[in-house]
Amino acid sequence: MIPTEAYLILSLALFTIGVVGVLTRRNVIIVLMSIELILNAVNINLVAFSRHFGSVDGQVFAIFIITDAAAEAAVGLGIILAFFRNRETVLADEMDMLKW
Amino acid sequence: MILNQILFYFFALLAVGSAILMVTRRNVVHSAVFLISTLLATAGIFLQLQAEFLFVVQIILYVGGIMVLFVFVIMLVNLDVALRQIQFNRQKYVAAVLTLVLAAQVFFALWVARAGLNLANPADKMPVRNTEAIGDAIFQRYMLPFEIASVLLLVAMIGAVVMAKRRV
Repeated sequence: MIPTEAYLILSLALFTIGVVGVLTRRNVIIVLMSIELILNAVNINLVAFSRHFGSVDGQVFAIFIITDAAAEAAVGLGIILAFFRNRETVLADEMDMLKW
Repeated sequence: MILNQILFYFFALLAVGSAILMVTRRNVVHSAVFLISTLLATAGIFLQLQAEFLFVVQIILYVGGIMVLFVFVIMLVNLDVALRQIQFNRQKYVAAVLTLVLAAQVFFALWVARAGLNLANPADKMPVRNTEAIGDAIFQRYMLPFEIASVLLLVAMIGAVVMAKRRV
């Protein structure tokens, strides 16, 4: 029997890697993929606690989070496409139209 | 039992290794492939946690839906110029400190809570029919969140179509 804390530590590791990706990469597509990684880490937590307490509620919430991730990816990639069409770039620090 | 542990450590190492490679690769397509590998390893973890329905949903929706969307956009957007530019921005030391503080906080919270939650001994009495139990929960107790999720998906669909339209 693997203790629940092993899953929580795995989830913490994935979450941290995702945060590093969001904070350090310049390419907005990779930033979005890191956000998917973070949501995935949350899912591992939810499913681990679902087994820990012996009920499926956590898995239901994991399904809702997957729904959110799909919606977020669709809208985010749409924004990236629209921006790329206007400015020919996908780098986060070149998106400075509001800066003067 | 020992097989269970071998599977867990295999999938966990695969997930963490692929995630590190995903964040560090220069080529966006390689990053996407490593993210797919991480998501598949997570699906393995779900299966090993007796969440069979989520295992299938993870593979069909994440790997088959969301990642295909990502790869499509990469194909539409990918610039050869971007590959030769610097891939990391200048705030990497600030980011390292912030990430370490965040990880330490979560780890500390885990450490404090482990005795209270009895984390070492999971209950392990999951319902035998996983999909049936999830269907019961979604269509009875979580009916309203389920309907709200459908509205969310509708809004996201309209938003994506409007964003990707050629002339707004």
